[in-house]
Amino acid sequence: MIELHVNGAVHQLDVDPERTVLSVLRDDLDLTGTKYGCGEGACRTCTVLVDGEALPSCQMQVGQAEGHEITTIEGLAKGDELHPLQRAFIELDVMQCGYCTPGMILAASALLQRNQDPTEDDVVQALEGHICRCGTYQRIIEATRQVAATMRGGQ
Amino acid sequence: MYEDEIREVLEEHGISSELTFNPAIDRRQFLTALGGGIVVLLTLGCAEGRTQDRGTIGLQPREPSDIWGWLQIAQDGAITAYVGKVELGQNARTTLTLVVAEELGVGPRDVELVMADTSLTPFDMGTFGSRTTPYTVPPLRRAAAAARELLLDLAAEKLQVGRGTLVLGGGAVKDPASGKSLGFGALTEGKALMQTVPDNVPTIAPSDWRVVGHPSPKVDGELIVTGRRKYASDIKRPSMLQGKVLRGPALRAGLSSVSTREAEAMPDVVVSHEDEFVAVAAPTVEAAEKALSTIQAEWERTPQISNAELFDHLRQTARNAERGGHVQGSVADGLAQADHVIAQSYTLEFISHAAIEPRSAIAEWDGDNLTVWAATQAPFGVRRTLAGALGLPERQITVIAPDTGNGYGGKTNNQAALEAARLARSAGRPVRVAWTRQEEIAWNYFRPAGVIEITSGVRNDGTLTAWRYGNFNSGPAALDTPYDVPNQEVVLFTCDNPLPQGAYRGLAAPGNIWARETHMDEVAESVGMDPLEFRLRNLSDQRLRDVLTAATERFGWGSAPAGEGRGVGLGCGTDKGGYTCSCVQVRVDPDTRGVKVERIVTAFDCGAVINPLQLENQIQGAAIMALGGALFEATQFADGEIKNPTFSTYRVPRFSDRPVIECVLVDRKDVQSSGAGETPFAGIAPAVGSAIRQATGVRLRSLPMAPHGVPA
Repeated sequence: MIELHVNGAVHQLDVDPERTVLSVLRDDLDLTGTKYGCGEGACRTCTVLVDGEALPSCQMQVGQAEGHEITTIEGLAKGDELHPLQRAFIELDVMQCGYCTPGMILAASALLQRNQDPTEDDVVQALEGHICRCGTYQRIIEATRQVAATMRGGQ
Repeated sequence: MYEDEIREVLEEHGISSELTFNPAIDRRQFLTALGGGIVVLLTLGCAEGRTQDRGTIGLQPREPSDIWGWLQIAQDGAITAYVGKVELGQNARTTLTLVVAEELGVGPRDVELVMADTSLTPFDMGTFGSRTTPYTVPPLRRAAAAARELLLDLAAEKLQVGRGTLVLGGGAVKDPASGKSLGFGALTEGKALMQTVPDNVPTIAPSDWRVVGHPSPKVDGELIVTGRRKYASDIKRPSMLQGKVLRGPALRAGLSSVSTREAEAMPDVVVSHEDEFVAVAAPTVEAAEKALSTIQAEWERTPQISNAELFDHLRQTARNAERGGHVQGSVADGLAQADHVIAQSYTLEFISHAAIEPRSAIAEWDGDNLTVWAATQAPFGVRRTLAGALGLPERQITVIAPDTGNGYGGKTNNQAALEAARLARSAGRPVRVAWTRQEEIAWNYFRPAGVIEITSGVRNDGTLTAWRYGNFNSGPAALDTPYDVPNQEVVLFTCDNPLPQGAYRGLAAPGNIWARETHMDEVAESVGMDPLEFRLRNLSDQRLRDVLTAATERFGWGSAPAGEGRGVGLGCGTDKGGYTCSCVQVRVDPDTRGVKVERIVTAFDCGAVINPLQLENQIQGAAIMALGGALFEATQFADGEIKNPTFSTYRVPRFSDRPVIECVLVDRKDVQSSGAGETPFAGIAPAVGSAIRQATGVRLRSLPMAPHGVPA
């Protein structure tokens, strides 16, 4: 049995420990907000937070995830209250197809945890591994920096 | 021209141009199923754009069964529109919702749109070619307007007042004099009214728009940012298995022997084997992969063309299949009148759509009835393919295309649908086949490669006298020059193409516009003219002139910084009803010769702007995507093997590639809106090439232009 901590809940799972976190999240836990993109960690579409760090879930075996806290896009909002990044992505109309959005938002949230005032270059560096085929990069950067500014202003 | 290309796309994917409307839909059954209320049917007679659309596929209208859309106002007041279009990120869902909301005086959240379900929505040949806005918006707008007029009639009757005094708003009809108000639901109560759209139904004038034409974010943004939106690959059915399909080592490799014995002996594994189709299904993806890896297969490969032989091969196999082109005047005479004759060839490699969501499909059988959820741009085409391959009548098949993780023309079919259907039939359970990234790139089709040969003549004063244009294989969209040249020969050659090829964002327009605009720069240079001045000298199309002026003014053409490895360039063109001009500034690193595009200004005219917020997003996104094909994307292939089918080997634009992008929206309220997802793509590559020329003195005539930096 594998004990997996996801979005504050604990799951006892009878699964092959060599399966990927991505496949277990999607197919066993129905957390399909985490998307497959490439299977080699090269597009970061499948990003989740592992103890607050943004990592590609296709590159992590579920056995290795034991003892760590995983946050997926479904766990980012606090109840009905969306994360400020989620709100900003809606308001600035960042998305086109929206498929890479969960990974982008999670990675941006991890960035904002460690850097409350990211420059444009900081955002680019943090998200360079992520692919958006719709090419919405500029709006992702704007949304991230806008949220950072709002959060700083609110403190 | 691009109608030919669409016909070709359809035929390539087994969709006959003898299209018929959904046989499963019967008007009475349909109204009963919907539960009454008001239903406005969009028939051919009312579809101003649609009539034209039908013309492209050679059909005669067959009233009144030719229903291709409907809009319902239910007894609870709910407004639902049904269209066969697919949401791919181009924002069709929001666009169509806004149009309905506008005519009915409600907010976007008050309208539900049911899309791309072959059992619920009317036939649609597919979502490609920037067709939603010109062909689906106008009739849907008229249907919503017809519903509004009917509601006003009903209210006038119920309230016993003159219709002219009534006001519509917030899902109700109000009589300001008496203060009485009746909700849409109350007005439709007990009714089962169905009507077609009258010819003379009034629609709201663009100057009075209060929803359309204003910035409006996605109607389902919250579903996306919370991860709740279900893409095809997210659909899960009870007791569903995961499927994996055996692929050969190369395209056109034939299966000579196969043993599935070991896989068959594995617990919980189902093997499906029909002719060359060999596949497995298992409870998890990993188990299916493991089972697949035990299959022993031998393949017979055939020698095939590789990158190195590609362009010679296209030239050598060319035949004029009358796919496009025209002749006017005499090019020989025109060349004789010229002071300068320029002849050049341009080449473009195959490139991949690399849609971020690889194609997937979930198939579920219920007796002889099949339901498939598929990531596709053409659910009705997929249904047709399934019917043919499985020997089933179309009415027993439902294909649902959930909003998908983009397509760019790369999902006009969906091979996974048939794979899942076959596996599900073998397994007796629902099966999901989700392609890997590698499968999505290597086993899909590609944007056609091509060779474009241009010979032109120009006088010393900058007047073009002759234009000979030959396109080998890359396609007909935007084949004709928008410039005024009295003597022209334009021809499109069909060639043997070594890789499967099909639609790509903009179809052939980005390639044709890149080659033409690059050549225009070369001609301008030969007479020592500025690229802008030279174009305006030879251009009478006012809308194209206007975007040239708009883009260059915003960019500061003529005063932009040059030197220090920097250069500026422009490219313009018209296609699919849109007019685009992009100006760019690049910097070429003197040591690495790497190209950084620093700034792009795109001016775009697509008629009346429906949603400026999303239009800007489309223009910016098109610019980013276009940089890939312009600078570094190319499919590497040898003997039928795709050598770079992964994101670590097939480079697509990333964050650090993005320039500053400015959009100038030329909003023409007096002109019917056209699509915006494709055409703004087309000016980027020629502008980048032109800027590299200015920066380095090197003229690049092959796409991608600088995969390893600019040659010294």
